Amino acid sequence: MSDVKTTAPELAAAEIEEISRSAFILKGALATGAVYGTWAVSPFVRQALAQELIPGGGEGDVGILNFALTLEYLEATFYERAMKLSLSGDVMQLAELFGKHESEHVAALKKTINDLGGKPVPAPKVAFPMKNEAQFLKLAQTLEDTGVGAYNGAAPLIQSKEVLAAAGSIVQIEARHAAAIRLQTGANPAPAAFDEALKPDAVLDAVKPFVKG
Amino acid sequence: MGGGVGAASAFGLVLAACGGDDEDGAAGTTTGGGGATTAEEQSRDIEIVNYALTLEYLEAAFYAKVIDSGLFKGSQLNLIKIIGDHEAQHVEALAGTVQKLGGTPAKKPKTKFPLKNAASVLALAATVENLGAAAYLGQASRIMDKEILAAAISIHSVEARHASALNVLTGKSPTPDGAFAKPASMDEVLPQVQPFIVS
Repeated sequence: MSDVKTTAPELAAAEIEEISRSAFILKGALATGAVYGTWAVSPFVRQALAQELIPGGGEGDVGILNFALTLEYLEATFYERAMKLSLSGDVMQLAELFGKHESEHVAALKKTINDLGGKPVPAPKVAFPMKNEAQFLKLAQTLEDTGVGAYNGAAPLIQSKEVLAAAGSIVQIEARHAAAIRLQTGANPAPAAFDEALKPDAVLDAVKPFVKG
Repeated sequence: MGGGVGAASAFGLVLAACGGDDEDGAAGTTTGGGGATTAEEQSRDIEIVNYALTLEYLEAAFYAKVIDSGLFKGSQLNLIKIIGDHEAQHVEALAGTVQKLGGTPAKKPKTKFPLKNAASVLALAATVENLGAAAYLGQASRIMDKEILAAAISIHSVEARHASALNVLTGKSPTPDGAFAKPASMDEVLPQVQPFIVS
């Protein structure tokens, strides 16, 4: 409480740099955690709202929903293909359950895009390099962790409260998937106190190896 | 959004359920802009961060007591220590945020938890984490400041990871709500944590 005065000159400087006051404050507050703030939200909000995240996906909330839809298509197809692998009982059960969730996310996102007057993007053609359970788990971990980062990164860009609440209810499921998959490989289910927010560009780069057109 | 079936109608329910805490209605149905928020919005954001802080204080105190209890060892103790460390980091970040926004951080409550045996403690941990995840989800669409939203959402998914791991360890589904997580409002959450608050 006593440091308000001493930080004031820095705050003034931050405002000049067009970083919102609260952005500066929060990054200061979270500096000890050193995990949040891989990118400044406010400048990116302005940029993202004026461009399509996915070609043909539209702008604004519809564009963000189409971006999410692309990821969900990818995940749904991934789990569908995993059904052809020889997976152990527990892992097969998770793959089946999570695949069902991703399909439900696809259906819900398409419906919401339509309801908002947008046009859902088509499913991308995908290929996943997996022949066994170990490869499945490794890819599942990557996809689910990326999904969490993608929704977390997109959340501050969303304009509609309703769409934000819905995206929140989906990202929580992605995070739960990620943790359960991680437990299967003996990895830390929650590797950090603050999940990273991924820029849409970083997300698209991460999934690019699996998209074949 | 009406008229859907199956998954889409479940999603519709989520859409319809949100915004229930929006008592002043000042924000309409859109979220805040890139940066600027009004004083009224900022004071509501502070209230939300303080609410989250109280829940994180409870969680952090719970895990500290669990670690001290000696009920756990090995990999379970390790996971409890990791989760407890996260909650302590959340406390620090949220308290610092309230302070620097010009508010007064919520006081650290005095707590009590039933720590009888390892199984009941793990079950309680799972309950607390599932509630915490629902609590953050319940506030996400009420937060006006985009930076605070970004931080809250990055904590929300970590609470979800904790909940999932503890659910699996206690033989429950990692996703008890199915494909769409359910939010919980302050009015739903606070009575459930009251038994653990002494003062």
